[in-house]
Amino acid sequence: MIALTIYLTLAGAVLLLLLPCRFARWIALLTTIAGLALGLIALVRTPIADLAHFTTIVRVPWVLALGMNYHLAIDGVSLTMVLVTGISAVSSVLFSWDVAHRQNEFFFWLLLVVAGCYGVFLSADLFLFFAFYELVIVPKYFLIAVFGSTNKEYGAMKLTLYSFFGGMLVFVGVLTAYVTAGTLDLNQLSQFQFSPQLQAWALPVLFLGFAVLAGIWPLHTWAPTGHVAAPTAGSMLLAGIVMKLGSYAGLRVAMNLFPQGFQMWSKWIVLLAVVGIVYAAAVALRQRDLKFVIGYSSVSHMGFVLLGLAATTGLSVSGAVLQMFSHGVIAALLFAVAGRMIYRRTHTRELDVLAGMDLSHALPFAAFTFIIAAAASMGIPGFSGFAAEITILIGAWKTYPFAVWVTGAGMVLVAAFTLRALKQSFFGEKERGVHLQEGRVPLDPDWNEQQNITAPEKCGACLLMLATLAVGLYPKVLLDRIMPAVEAMRFLK
Amino acid sequence: MSYFELLKLASPETIVVITALAVLAIGLVTGHAKSRVTVSTMKSAQNTKDTSFAMGTCSAIAALGLVIAIGTVLMLPRNATLFGGMLVITPLTSLFKIICIALAFFTVLLTTSEKEPRHPGEYLALVLFATVGLMLLVGSEELLMIFIGLELLGLSLYVMTAFDKTDVRSAEAGLKYLLFGSTSSAFTFFGISLIYGMTGTTGLAGISQKLGAASVQPLLAVGIVMTLIGFAFKIAAAPFHLWAPDAYQGGPVPSAAFIASASKVASFVVLGKIVLVGFAPLHGNAAWHAMVAGWSPMLAALAALSILVGNLVALAQSNVRRLLAYSAVVHSGYTLIGIVAGDRDGLSAALFYATIYAITLVGAFGVVAMVRRETGGDNFSNFRGLVSRSPLIAGCMCVFMLSLAGIPPLAGFFGKFYLFSAALRAGANNGLLWLVAVALLGSFISLYYYLMVLKAIFVDEPAFPPVRHVYVVPSDLLPRTAVVVLAMAVFLLGVAPEILAAPILAAVP
Repeated sequence: MIALTIYLTLAGAVLLLLLPCRFARWIALLTTIAGLALGLIALVRTPIADLAHFTTIVRVPWVLALGMNYHLAIDGVSLTMVLVTGISAVSSVLFSWDVAHRQNEFFFWLLLVVAGCYGVFLSADLFLFFAFYELVIVPKYFLIAVFGSTNKEYGAMKLTLYSFFGGMLVFVGVLTAYVTAGTLDLNQLSQFQFSPQLQAWALPVLFLGFAVLAGIWPLHTWAPTGHVAAPTAGSMLLAGIVMKLGSYAGLRVAMNLFPQGFQMWSKWIVLLAVVGIVYAAAVALRQRDLKFVIGYSSVSHMGFVLLGLAATTGLSVSGAVLQMFSHGVIAALLFAVAGRMIYRRTHTRELDVLAGMDLSHALPFAAFTFIIAAAASMGIPGFSGFAAEITILIGAWKTYPFAVWVTGAGMVLVAAFTLRALKQSFFGEKERGVHLQEGRVPLDPDWNEQQNITAPEKCGACLLMLATLAVGLYPKVLLDRIMPAVEAMRFLK
Repeated sequence: MSYFELLKLASPETIVVITALAVLAIGLVTGHAKSRVTVSTMKSAQNTKDTSFAMGTCSAIAALGLVIAIGTVLMLPRNATLFGGMLVITPLTSLFKIICIALAFFTVLLTTSEKEPRHPGEYLALVLFATVGLMLLVGSEELLMIFIGLELLGLSLYVMTAFDKTDVRSAEAGLKYLLFGSTSSAFTFFGISLIYGMTGTTGLAGISQKLGAASVQPLLAVGIVMTLIGFAFKIAAAPFHLWAPDAYQGGPVPSAAFIASASKVASFVVLGKIVLVGFAPLHGNAAWHAMVAGWSPMLAALAALSILVGNLVALAQSNVRRLLAYSAVVHSGYTLIGIVAGDRDGLSAALFYATIYAITLVGAFGVVAMVRRETGGDNFSNFRGLVSRSPLIAGCMCVFMLSLAGIPPLAGFFGKFYLFSAALRAGANNGLLWLVAVALLGSFISLYYYLMVLKAIFVDEPAFPPVRHVYVVPSDLLPRTAVVVLAMAVFLLGVAPEILAAPILAAVP
């Protein structure tokens, strides 16, 4: 039944091409809501015991000559990712409610990204997995290059080429695994003993390919420019789910197939992850553009995911999966505030200019949302970010205590840049505002009802806030499903 | 062996020849009317109407003849050999005869989109003669017959390339193609003569036996290398690709489409047959640490060079047809990888890839033809804002470009996966990984220029208002349908590749 998420989303995309544009956003909204609903139903209805291992849902022979099957499966990790995909998809459609120009095309590409992500999270056949993984790349280009803003063509091309470069590395790894083991079934592949020599070189190639998408330092530079250039919905999807494709794939494919190789390389991955956390946070502290701040914060938060994966304990990997969920929701929320609520109305994202605008009075709801998002992003207890990061750090303590120390220092930086962004954007000093009077972009002179936060925006923001709060208060609902699935994976044995 | 039997087995070729002659005759009749009009300096509208009538009739007959030819191919016996391999019928030859005829069929449909064609009868007859050449190439296992097929194909293509008398680029392209092509023919023929001299036979099976029995003399090696160089010209593998950019850019669009598609598929079938059947004992080894002299390291070097040179030069192009020419060089490189792999899997992967590539390129040239007729050129600037002028055609071009780049769920993605996995499997111990890595690096580079085409179509604003030319056919329904059908085929072969992959795998011996 959960397989319907892919079909419905693709059907919605096809429908968008055929129907006139006044239906476009409704079709997009309905299909994404259906996807989310299916995810929630699966969460409630599937017994927890079934989610402990990668259970097949659909298996149909596809290309017999090459041993390809159309094979979908689900476990706790996939289910978590399907949920975050549904949440980000619904909210990103809500936040692009007033796209005026080439609406059908916009939602077509958007749904294609969403369908590709569902596909990646559910596929249990390596070829199918890789096909969905690559499917996501090109729609992103069009979303950004056609509908984006600042420096969009550069950002779009850079992002696409980085993703495709990662994809080529993955291609090498996938081919090697397939040719050596002679099968494409992920469950069979995760039983196959690859020789240590092969693992020693295939793992870094495969993992690095995936990690490009997860924003690993130093291959992260596509992320900030891409996020800044993308339209709001694009940034929300990029940060919310596309970056998770990389980390999920690293877990599901790279680590599971080549556990010994991962052992050999994990300390280097930890190093890159920790450098990424601290470096990106430090860079975010110096940014003037609000979206750049959030873009770098994404890189920093994804560093936590990589750290959790590389620490290779049951707890840290589960924390990493929870962080993928949590960051998906929080980043979407942050981008929604910066890209839609603020930028649509002020036409600027410069923190110095925003500081003079006294936005907390003009847009109280946006201010409220941003405070929640910032708190969640900083890791205040009660939000999902805290639950995830603390799990990662506790898990990583056993294997890499030093990394945990450095990361702890990094978290201070995260708090610093988040508070700075919050203060400057919404609670700027009045005097500075007067000082910057000449250079600032004023609020639209004809400020009227339309400038207030609209109902779709409120719905989207509430959905995301609810998700981060729910998981923050009761992380068990996901962790109970993630932990057994993670512990069943081979690299922990 | 009675003549009746021969006629029966060669019926597809015969039908295409008869169709060609019929088209030529009709072209003569209607063309006569046209020249009279020109002499009496009547209005050019009348002139266009006459040509358009001639065009319509000729292309209808040509298309009909090709459809009948496909039908007769289907009725051939499964296996037959005539004159010691001069004419062979196997499932493989039948399959690829059908594919070549189908590609020629789509070329004929594209011809109707050309503006003001002069002498449509002669042009279509040449397309049909070239198709006969392809069928002879595909359906022979004897070097002399293959050479005759090559020449028939080549001579028709030279004229087809130079056919646009109003365009100096077309003449340049034709001349260049003729010079390079005849040089390559000379190479091939010299190589064949050496091989014949050393082995005493021109049949591929006989050559293979002789090569297996005796040690290889230098002269024979020279013969083999020369033969292969001749084919490298034909498939435009670097460094023998210099004719391709001009031929693709200068000639009429259908000619370029035919050169890029049908001619290429047939060349790969023949090349595969020659090296895998004829030169089988001299396979050699192209694996990184275990290179053994033979044809496979040579083809591997050609493949790697084509991929690198083609991709790097394509980056700098601003004309879509020229870009497609360099991309053709690259794709020849990819396809060669399958032949380098050298087993049944590799050959069928190579043939699958060549076929889907041909389908994609006919479609892409169809789009180019339409854009060219609308805006008068085929630079990137002519493609700007195509999505607002014709979303359907823009979508089709998107499918073609992304398939060439190897993006799922289109055919190119599966083709690459099939090809590269076959190569890896063939070289023991990941020996061919270096070649696959080069190819993947190449396909990474290639995404950039394919995206540049799509950027012009989808992102950029139109450079200038569209110029309307006088339409030859009342509407361009035919080429438009052809392009949409081809785009759907590319999508379908990506989602359900087994439709084509299974017959090819079954047919490859």
